[in-house]
Amino acid sequence: MLKQYPTFRFVLMRAGWYFLTFLVAVTINFFLPRLGKNNPVDIIMGKAATGLSNEDARKKEEKYLQEFGLAKVGKDGQLLRDAEGKPVKAGRLEQFGNYIKMCLMGDLGTSFQKYPKKVVDVIKEAVPWTIALQLPTILFGWIVGNVLGALAAYRRGVFDRVFFPLALILSSFPFFVFGMLLVYYFAVVLPWFPAMGGYANSIMPSFSTAFFSSVAYHYVLPFFSIFLILAGGQAIGMRSMGIYELGTDYIKYAKWLGLKEGKVLTYLFRNAMLPQITGLALSLGTMIGGALITEMIFSYPGLGMAMLTAIQNNDYPMIQGCTLIVTVSVLIANFTVDILIGFLDPRVKAGLQMGKGV
Amino acid sequence: MKLLKNLLKSPMFVIGASLFLLTLLIALVGPLFYKITMARVGAQYDAPTAKFILGMDDLGRDYVSLLLLGLRSSLFVGFLAGVIATTIGTLIGIYGGFRGGVVDDILNMVTNLFVVIPSFVVLILISASFSEGRSLTLIGVIIGMTTWTWSARAVRAQSAALKSKDHISLAKLNGDNTLRVLLIHILPYIFSYVFMVFILQVSSGILSEAAISMIGLGPMDTVSLGTILNQAKNTGALGDGIWWAFIPATVVITLIVFALYLINTSMEGVFNPRLRK
Repeated sequence: MLKQYPTFRFVLMRAGWYFLTFLVAVTINFFLPRLGKNNPVDIIMGKAATGLSNEDARKKEEKYLQEFGLAKVGKDGQLLRDAEGKPVKAGRLEQFGNYIKMCLMGDLGTSFQKYPKKVVDVIKEAVPWTIALQLPTILFGWIVGNVLGALAAYRRGVFDRVFFPLALILSSFPFFVFGMLLVYYFAVVLPWFPAMGGYANSIMPSFSTAFFSSVAYHYVLPFFSIFLILAGGQAIGMRSMGIYELGTDYIKYAKWLGLKEGKVLTYLFRNAMLPQITGLALSLGTMIGGALITEMIFSYPGLGMAMLTAIQNNDYPMIQGCTLIVTVSVLIANFTVDILIGFLDPRVKAGLQMGKGV
Repeated sequence: MKLLKNLLKSPMFVIGASLFLLTLLIALVGPLFYKITMARVGAQYDAPTAKFILGMDDLGRDYVSLLLLGLRSSLFVGFLAGVIATTIGTLIGIYGGFRGGVVDDILNMVTNLFVVIPSFVVLILISASFSEGRSLTLIGVIIGMTTWTWSARAVRAQSAALKSKDHISLAKLNGDNTLRVLLIHILPYIFSYVFMVFILQVSSGILSEAAISMIGLGPMDTVSLGTILNQAKNTGALGDGIWWAFIPATVVITLIVFALYLINTSMEGVFNPRLRK
């Protein structure tokens, strides 16, 4: 039935694959933390009860059991109890079921450190910062890197000889190293830019010019620390793709036909572009991971920082919530790029149109 | 041999290889010439002197000792993770590419799954679940087991391309079993690719360890370049401009990674003659 709508079928199939990946990711997210003997969930349960009188401790423990889906719950929403009045603990599989149910309802549990704040609420505050930092940085870095790389491949000569080593050095800097060096030089030695935070401490977040200019001021260093490395890496990839394509028969033929240089360049660019987009899809996870560490170095109030605070405080529900959100965002970003390739790659497009003819 | 000759003609390879061998040499024989001490020999963040050329850390320990130990740890983690990741990836890739069909489809799907799920996240989840007794070896093993996907993809493509070559068909006609074909008739042909992948895996292992240590989930039994940086960030040395607390460590990490990267890029150039010129 779907054969008449090849585009729709393509999107649907990719979506199905990503949903499967999502399920695997959720499973990993649930089971990995529970691997060890002294697993964090048990530790949290142990900690929850310390420093309280017996009655309070019991109540708090039961609350945790219920909130983390660790105990069986009756139809009335109350904990099921055994003969002695103790709550009946749920088995691993049942806990897993509860976890999935909670995830699908958008509930990632309660933060341990910021109790009774919900994990989802903490993440909601952090996500806009991370998106505002990472989306433009990755897009700009990718575009600028590719354009410069293609130019270096086509021109060669002096431009390439200066540009290539520079890009090579930039791209081999680990994200966190480059971030630290920028902080040291531009925030400590030459105090031009602030070393940390997303905005000045003295200003409360609001829709005012003062707040936004402070945000922009704090944006500069983290932006460049991700942007430069990314652009360098992309440029190197595009350069070698470009050089490779320049040697192919179709380019030679096009030149031999006497096509205008601009026309040849467009052919070259389009063909060298596809592997670069595929490369982007493959390395998005690494990029986002690297950018999260950059956030930690700049104490930028995004997801990376939330994750770091959670790790330092053994706030397990929070760590798990952050890792899940990061994974899901990487999946969504990958899905988008995948669909984009489907529409850009002539081979995939041809496959789609062939389906249309049937 | 001819390959090595070609490689030695590339200045990039020579620079990268000598840089890497130098760090390796320092890590191996450095401790014979420099007395490593973990004892308190000065005050918190004492500035560099003629005797302790890189100053003190926040516990008054000598930074040169810390760096030497950190370099050894980082190289160890890199090699361990690299060997594990390359082995897993090569086995999966070579077998899947050669077999084709349903087996290949399944292996490929598993690989793609783990390409998409960020290994950094998996690394955080596992490391955080070992809240006690996280050793350097454990971290190396975890990194190796989460980053093999690159090797698998690269090796699979090569193995699939070789599958239909004449000498493979001959070997099959000869009655060689799959294992023999894989080990004797495919592996030697793609060995250079496996080696290139290994280089990248070592470098990504070193970076992963540094990253995971940076966020406070590093090894507890020893000093690594990542734990040095973590300490510098946590104690505020970075914001206070105490350069000896983080510049030497960042330089060492970058140099190792850069050297490995040069080796890999130059090898690519030699294997792909169109990039030469």
